[in-house]
Amino acid sequence: MEPLNALVAFANFVLVPATAYGAQLALGALGVTLIYGILRFSNFAHGDTMAFGTMAVIMTTWGFQALGISFGPLPTALLALPVGIVACALLVLGTDKLVYKFYRTKKAVPVTFVIASLGVMFVMNGLVRFIIGPDDQLFSDGERFIITARDFKTLSGLDEGLAIKTTQAITVVVAIIVVAILFWFLNKTRTGKSMRAYSDNEDLALLSGINPERVVMYTWLMVAALATIAGTLYGLDKSFKPFTYFQLLLPIFAAAIVGGLGSPVGAIAGGFVIAFAEVTITYPLKKVLGYALPESLEPDGLVQLLSTDYKFAVSFVILIIVLLFRPTGLFKGKSV
Amino acid sequence: MTSQTPRAIALFGLVALLFLGTGFFQSWNVALTIFNMGLISAIMALGVNMQWGYAGLFNVGVMGFVALGGLGAVLVSMPPNAEAASAGGLRIAIGLVLGAATVVAAILAYTRVPRFGGWIVLAILLVGFIVFRSVLDPGVEAVEAVDPASAGNIGGLGLPVLVAWPIGGLLAAGVAWIVGKTALGLRSDYLAIATLGIAEIVIAVMKNEDWMARGVKNVIGLPRPVPYEIDLQVAPWFVELATEFGADPVTASTIFVKLAYAGLFAVVLLLLIWLTQAALASPWGRMMRAIRDNEVAAEAMGKDVTARHLQIFVLGSAVVGLAGAMMTTLDGQLTPGTYQPLRYTFLIWVMVIVGGSGNNWGSVLGGFLIWWLWVQVEPLGALLMNGITAGMADGSWLKGHLLDSVAHMRLLTMGIILLLVLRFSPRGLLPER
Repeated sequence: MEPLNALVAFANFVLVPATAYGAQLALGALGVTLIYGILRFSNFAHGDTMAFGTMAVIMTTWGFQALGISFGPLPTALLALPVGIVACALLVLGTDKLVYKFYRTKKAVPVTFVIASLGVMFVMNGLVRFIIGPDDQLFSDGERFIITARDFKTLSGLDEGLAIKTTQAITVVVAIIVVAILFWFLNKTRTGKSMRAYSDNEDLALLSGINPERVVMYTWLMVAALATIAGTLYGLDKSFKPFTYFQLLLPIFAAAIVGGLGSPVGAIAGGFVIAFAEVTITYPLKKVLGYALPESLEPDGLVQLLSTDYKFAVSFVILIIVLLFRPTGLFKGKSV
Repeated sequence: MTSQTPRAIALFGLVALLFLGTGFFQSWNVALTIFNMGLISAIMALGVNMQWGYAGLFNVGVMGFVALGGLGAVLVSMPPNAEAASAGGLRIAIGLVLGAATVVAAILAYTRVPRFGGWIVLAILLVGFIVFRSVLDPGVEAVEAVDPASAGNIGGLGLPVLVAWPIGGLLAAGVAWIVGKTALGLRSDYLAIATLGIAEIVIAVMKNEDWMARGVKNVIGLPRPVPYEIDLQVAPWFVELATEFGADPVTASTIFVKLAYAGLFAVVLLLLIWLTQAALASPWGRMMRAIRDNEVAAEAMGKDVTARHLQIFVLGSAVVGLAGAMMTTLDGQLTPGTYQPLRYTFLIWVMVIVGGSGNNWGSVLGGFLIWWLWVQVEPLGALLMNGITAGMADGSWLKGHLLDSVAHMRLLTMGIILLLVLRFSPRGLLPER
């Protein structure tokens, strides 16, 4: 029994990756939940919005790299983020004006918005593939590791290494900053309060003189920022591929629904629940258990509950369980 | 329908012209290839229209049911693999039964046991999962070890492939029943996410469970319901026929095979249209529309809304599964790696919305029209891009990029078509009434 080694192995293979992934999912789910709370529909184009924002960031990064601008040990993409957010904001505001506004004035049923978002999804997906192509893009530069597995071993004298990638640390730090700003904005500023009022009770908000178009505009701006940041962090941590971003839709929706659609706190909790479940269940726990259990109980197999290809199944099963037993999610969301 | 008939005839005439034009300007082989897939697309659209148009169920898991139909076709029509079946077939069968028994026991425990139900369910699931894996895994290993390079799966039943079509539909219906039982109580957005997830899971299972249909190693060489081109080319009667028409036997044989497929598919499509039209006009169809338009009122009239929803969900999925089995037969292979939601779920939705939800003829029209566009946007886009880039310097970066990107035009086009129809003709090209 070597509890310390077990802990380090667990941290290295489960805790650290799942935390980073959870932060990325949480940011994505926040975008979905904001749209659901204020515009009142499930936006199927969210994955592709993330892809578009990330694409803008990648292209700006290339531009910066060509000009010789860098961010020292940090990835240049962080410098390019503002440009990406602006590009993404222009795109979603344009989409809103061209597509969603018409149905909003008509007071169309939510499912019409969802179908419209399918169309938007096609267009954005095509646009991204058209501009940057369908292939993998690696755009992370700067230091790769904060601490490598070997350094950790020599430092601590343990058998197991703990590697923390720069991108993982950046993901968590950026996510904390973004969430702090978001909650400050929603709870303290006038615009944020009017957004919450609009989400709670549309008629009452209109009656008290809140301008709905302004609320909608701010929502899209925040969604663009969240989507671009989430997408860029995911891309830095793994890699950028339009199809992967489209597929992220499922865990992101699962996170938002598990937490309670329309509830920002829920979206964050949901993101981490989904990420930890996915990583724990699809990771072979043999190594961890081998250290944690006495020798006589050491497992023979890999103790991998499900193969990694079933990670969608994990988010899905959690989603179904929550929906069946707590239809409004962990934190009371809306249920229209 | 009567007031719309001229419109319908005109639109179908237009689509027919598109196909004829393809035949005259490109080749009849291309036209028939598109037409055959158009027939299958029309059947898929009919299935989705049953769920969405009749009952308002938002199913975005079409891809999963298409793939299940394909799996059914493989499991029924491929020749049996006796060695693999004896090596691990029994273990796998017992394992699957045990897995199913675990789930049933858990559900029973949850509904029947008054106290500590949750813990008992958890215990049953945990023990059941371990037993399930310990019985199943050795069987799977044994099966996959048998000649992995060319087989490694349990093989099929060796029945004629036409029998496989309805069985593919049944398989999809069975899964749809399980999905419907759990997810149909949810409101529309949640049902959409749930079905989206199911489809991904079905594909993940088909990719990974090699013992079933070889996973990403693909099953190829499915038996065909029509003769092979090679056999036709050496058959005296066919060569005679071809020379009579003044055609080269090789081209004639490919066209003959495609026509044979088209005939088979057309029979299925016509049968389905007849059935769906009759169903829609029957009291059952009126009840369905009443439920769709006002669930509360229908429930007040004593209609069992949940049961009707489950019924139509299963029926629609069966039709989609049937189309999936037909598609796998047409391709002659099952390739789980190529199933993508944009192509097999959302494109079918574009067909239904553009064609006119609630109208069976509309779905058929949408199926043909959108499939034709999906295929033809690429050559048309290439022409367009050649025109745009004609003035640019050769070898310039933008020119190369634009010409390379033509392949992605189709997604853009489909999105724009969907948005335009939704905006300016929200009830589709052939509205319900």
